[in-house]
Amino acid sequence: MSWENSSQRGIAVKPAVFDYYSPQTVHEALLLLEQHGFEAKILAGGQSLIPTMNMRLASPKVLIDIGRIGELESIRVSEEEIQIGGMTRQFLIEQSPEVARYCPMLAEGIKLIGHPQIRSRGTVGGSLVHADPTAELPVILCTLGGAVTLASLDGERVVPAEEFFLTYLTTAIEPNELLVAVQFPRIQPRSGHAIEEFALRKGDFAIVLAAAAVTLDEAGKIAAASLGLGGVDGAPVKLDQVTDALLGLEPDSRLIQECCEQIRDIVEPESDIHASAEYRRDLSVTLGRRALETALGRARLSLT
Amino acid sequence: MGDHTLETPAANAPGRTLAQVHLKVNGVAHTVSVEPRMLLSDVLRDELGLTGTHVGCEHGICGACTIIMNGRPVRSCLVFGVQANGAELLTVEGLAEDDGPLHPLQEAFWEHHGLQCGFCTPGMLMTAYHFLQENPNPSREEIRDGISGNLCRCTGYQSIIDAVEQAARICRGGK
Amino acid sequence: MTIGTSVKRVEDPRLVRGKGRYVGDIQLPGQCEAVIVRSQHAHANLRAIRTQQAANRPDVLLVLTVNDLPDDLPPIPMRLSPEGSLELALQYPLAKDKVRYVGEPVALIVAKNRYAAEDAAELVEIDYEPLAPVASVDQALSADAGLLHPAVGSNDLFVIHSQKGSVEEKLKESPHVLQEELYVQRHTGVPLETRGLLAVYDPNRTSGKLTVYGTTKVVHFNRQILARLLKQDESQIRCVETDVGGGFGPRGEFYPEDFLIPYAAMQIGRPVRWIEDRLEHLVATNHSRQQKHRVTVGFDEEGRILALRDEIFVDTGAYIRTHGVTVPALTQAMLPGPYDIEALELTTHVVATNKTPTGTYRGPGRFEGTFVRERVMDMIAKTLGRDPLKVREINVIRPEQMPYSNGISALGQEVELDSGDYPRILAHVRRVMNWDGFAARKAEAAASGRLLGMGLAMFVEKSGLGPWEWAEVELLENGEACCKTGLADVGQGVKTMLAQVCSDRLGLPYTKIRVVHGDTAAVPKGNGSFATRGTVMGGTAAWQAADALRSKMLQTAAGLLQIETAQLGLLGESVVMQATGQTLLSFAQLLEECRRQGIRLREEYTFSAAHMTYPYGVHAAEVEVDQDTGRIKINRYYLAYDVGRAINPLLVKGQLVGGMAQGLGGALFEKLYYDETGQLLSGTFMDYLLPSSMEVPDVEVEILEWAPSLLNPLGVKGAGEGGTVAVAPAVANAVCHALQDYGLAITSLPIRPELIRQAIRQGKNRPKGAEVLS
Repeated sequence: MSWENSSQRGIAVKPAVFDYYSPQTVHEALLLLEQHGFEAKILAGGQSLIPTMNMRLASPKVLIDIGRIGELESIRVSEEEIQIGGMTRQFLIEQSPEVARYCPMLAEGIKLIGHPQIRSRGTVGGSLVHADPTAELPVILCTLGGAVTLASLDGERVVPAEEFFLTYLTTAIEPNELLVAVQFPRIQPRSGHAIEEFALRKGDFAIVLAAAAVTLDEAGKIAAASLGLGGVDGAPVKLDQVTDALLGLEPDSRLIQECCEQIRDIVEPESDIHASAEYRRDLSVTLGRRALETALGRARLSLT
Repeated sequence: MGDHTLETPAANAPGRTLAQVHLKVNGVAHTVSVEPRMLLSDVLRDELGLTGTHVGCEHGICGACTIIMNGRPVRSCLVFGVQANGAELLTVEGLAEDDGPLHPLQEAFWEHHGLQCGFCTPGMLMTAYHFLQENPNPSREEIRDGISGNLCRCTGYQSIIDAVEQAARICRGGK
Repeated sequence: MTIGTSVKRVEDPRLVRGKGRYVGDIQLPGQCEAVIVRSQHAHANLRAIRTQQAANRPDVLLVLTVNDLPDDLPPIPMRLSPEGSLELALQYPLAKDKVRYVGEPVALIVAKNRYAAEDAAELVEIDYEPLAPVASVDQALSADAGLLHPAVGSNDLFVIHSQKGSVEEKLKESPHVLQEELYVQRHTGVPLETRGLLAVYDPNRTSGKLTVYGTTKVVHFNRQILARLLKQDESQIRCVETDVGGGFGPRGEFYPEDFLIPYAAMQIGRPVRWIEDRLEHLVATNHSRQQKHRVTVGFDEEGRILALRDEIFVDTGAYIRTHGVTVPALTQAMLPGPYDIEALELTTHVVATNKTPTGTYRGPGRFEGTFVRERVMDMIAKTLGRDPLKVREINVIRPEQMPYSNGISALGQEVELDSGDYPRILAHVRRVMNWDGFAARKAEAAASGRLLGMGLAMFVEKSGLGPWEWAEVELLENGEACCKTGLADVGQGVKTMLAQVCSDRLGLPYTKIRVVHGDTAAVPKGNGSFATRGTVMGGTAAWQAADALRSKMLQTAAGLLQIETAQLGLLGESVVMQATGQTLLSFAQLLEECRRQGIRLREEYTFSAAHMTYPYGVHAAEVEVDQDTGRIKINRYYLAYDVGRAINPLLVKGQLVGGMAQGLGGALFEKLYYDETGQLLSGTFMDYLLPSSMEVPDVEVEILEWAPSLLNPLGVKGAGEGGTVAVAPAVANAVCHALQDYGLAITSLPIRPELIRQAIRQGKNRPKGAEVLS
């Protein structure tokens, strides 16, 4: 949840007037979107939107509450992936044994979102569309190479994570589209996931977070690896340069450390009141290394 | 799945027209007519007179307005009243009967000096209430984590953690 | 006997049931709601305020700007430490022709509810002519800075100077001289309940036409000010304290809204409520703490301080508020703390900037001064390569020097430390923390790559500010007692404390003592609750009043029983034989007799105190620093505090642990960040970081009763602020100790992990022992 300072407003705690719609089906929601377009905002869990509306930093004229569309709440496991309905509340992910089993990074990362009260209401789709650069779900989705399914009256399209997150609070979703589902790839055999974040206080948005996935071949060499960072740019950053260098190797801590050192030169974070760009760079190296090491350790554990 | 099983559809409500919202609060059914923009915290406090639920920031950080909605803790300043249509709510007023004995959590907060000004207390109690339902036998560190979404400016939390530890023991039937 | 026992609070059953009544909980028929339109500019001329559109809204009842207020409305006066020359820098309830900080009230809107009021607020158009903002003390004092208050003639609004001995000479003679600049950031109390008021005006009443709910802390004083500003007789105004969600200093002072809301209620003849929201709280309610210190200290080979000079710059914000120069004066007066320093020179500049005005926050001047002094003690030790605890032992005032005057005045009195055994508490903490054994543990941890450190800080507090406090105690017909007090209850447990004190004198269970406070209609006079004065002043007044009542009860009983008064006592709601405890007369019988004789069992007492009383203590921390991130983990935190006598140890502990959490917030997390244009960047709870349960460690507390105060019959010293004032230096000293090989010298707050990480990175590339200044 972030907002820009508004010179005219910014000191308010009650939302401005809006028209409220509570569609029962995706189709109804899409009709409303088509009708109201730019003036409308989708209300999912509301845990980012409502604070900004309370402060009148956002004053949408129309609010389309998708909270009663039952078809948007689901966790489905297929051979390849876990598909989660856009309106699925975060606590359900937290409690899901399937998610814990088939996508440990998601299970671990979801617990880092805010506090239980936030996860009671917050949704998977809401967090992804909000696209805060320090939020967990966008980084996880990018690191794992997942995708989102966007629906409009014209039909559905699947957008890969790396094409979905454009910049700060901005995604590829069109005003007439609704995020109906998100696909997280299932963890492969001989693999490990890890997520590490640094926040000044527990439950705050991270200053920097890092997520890593490592897959080993039967010989214990790295067959695939990915590393994603949040908090260092407007959108999640995937560090293929770093992980590519590890392919085919059996790295020790020192080699991982060396590889991660280059992160310092790759990322271009900005400074704010909570951390300087330099500190964010520094944390990127540390957290990237820790995430990779942990993921590798878990992958090795799965070999035995 | 989810919390919509108890909910009934909300009427669409353009602009300033009032929406009818049906709520069951602490076991009592209510119907209120409110603007769609009215926050659930304000519905409870101003429409239903249940002022035990406090608001400390109205942007979802302090946790003072925490209530239980359909079995889950939520920040009532981050829910519109209309979103709660058909929901079952528990607020601090529902933890104990008006003249009846205190809930073990309330009793433990009293005994351990788990409150000073009392402003964060209702939200803290509701968070702890749900926490103990999910984790009846928590460690001290788990309690610390469990209440971390509720800010307290008076106690330094130590006595609150003491109180939750004791309440957990009592609720498990221990002493 | 309940004094000294940890009884449960009488306040709590209502509060845990959610039955408390805070000001925002009150709903009266016809009640409407106000919002304040505030300046978005730090410094600007106000050219025009257009309110017509807002006023035209159907739900709007009233719009006020300065043009709607009386021309001769005076500014809000100083309550404490007034200085004549500062009257030119006081704040008016609504900005007149200039705004001087972001958040300054410019207009007020009353509407049927808060939603509608905010809708209207968006329609107010204000034309500003921006002026160059003065966003820092350095900028304020630079030659080309614009003046905030041209009538004062300088942004350096006021200077306080104190001197003892010959500092210049002593510095010349000193074998070692250390110079350092230290900085404490702007932060403040931030109670979890924001401020709020509800004003009700009924012109048809003959007296008490105006009732104001939500006043607290100093209700009688606030009534006096309100009467003056409204040109009403005090008898027409009733101020009522409701339940209060935390005080900590800022809450309860007289602010612009304390005039505006009653004034609005009088204009429209309907109850007007105003509940400050959190965002406006962070710009509207007093800030505190921001100071820069330039310290010069001379010392000998052993670490004995020979002379101390400190030039202090207080960033006081845009206006002088009710605290006058309280914080600057207290900073000076308490700066020497527990040390016997022969030569002192202290100069404090009260500097105006385009930021929110400031006032007191728990431990005002001592949080800042203790950080400075206790860091300097460790720096001296480091310079000499000596044990920091030893350096303190050499410098502390000895018990035989008590009472000890440090030669500096504040709040109208010279600091005269009444009692204390400072060497003993240092010896105590050495033992408790196993201070001497820590080096081995530290080395062992270092061998496995872990950075451990231990640090401590010593402090002296002040409590029991006079000049007087009032109480009345009455035994009621129903057998319960009523204690009226001039104190305020901001959540600290005043009622329980007074009930215990009265219970002790009256032989009545503390649960049968009803405490009445904070209502000017019920309590004729009082000075309120601030400066840790409650237990010392109000507790003593109640004790004396209850004692007088006790005498009256005993005398009455003696006459009835034909037994000498001296042989009687009060116990278990009865008059008893002192020696045997034998019950002679129940209170019911005594009351019956009094009724017959026309005796009212009621006594009052006004307790006066010319001098404050000075508790003291020590904080110690063991920390571990994560080398990779700079994160600080507090492994152990200990604090010992000699409060003379604890009325209720559980409540004293509550004050200390809670105070520590606030101190920790100031040490590690909280900061009101302003940019160079005078905009507040940390104006939400997402950016102003209050510590949560995950950040505050368990605190080991030892309440000591070694040196009871000789200035009151209970022997008590206040406990409210000692938990807060020494956290920053204790943690800073521990962190510096952990990083001694990296040469980190913490000189500013908050201590963010970034600072530590930076020192580690730089330290790895530099020779050991070199200082890194932050």
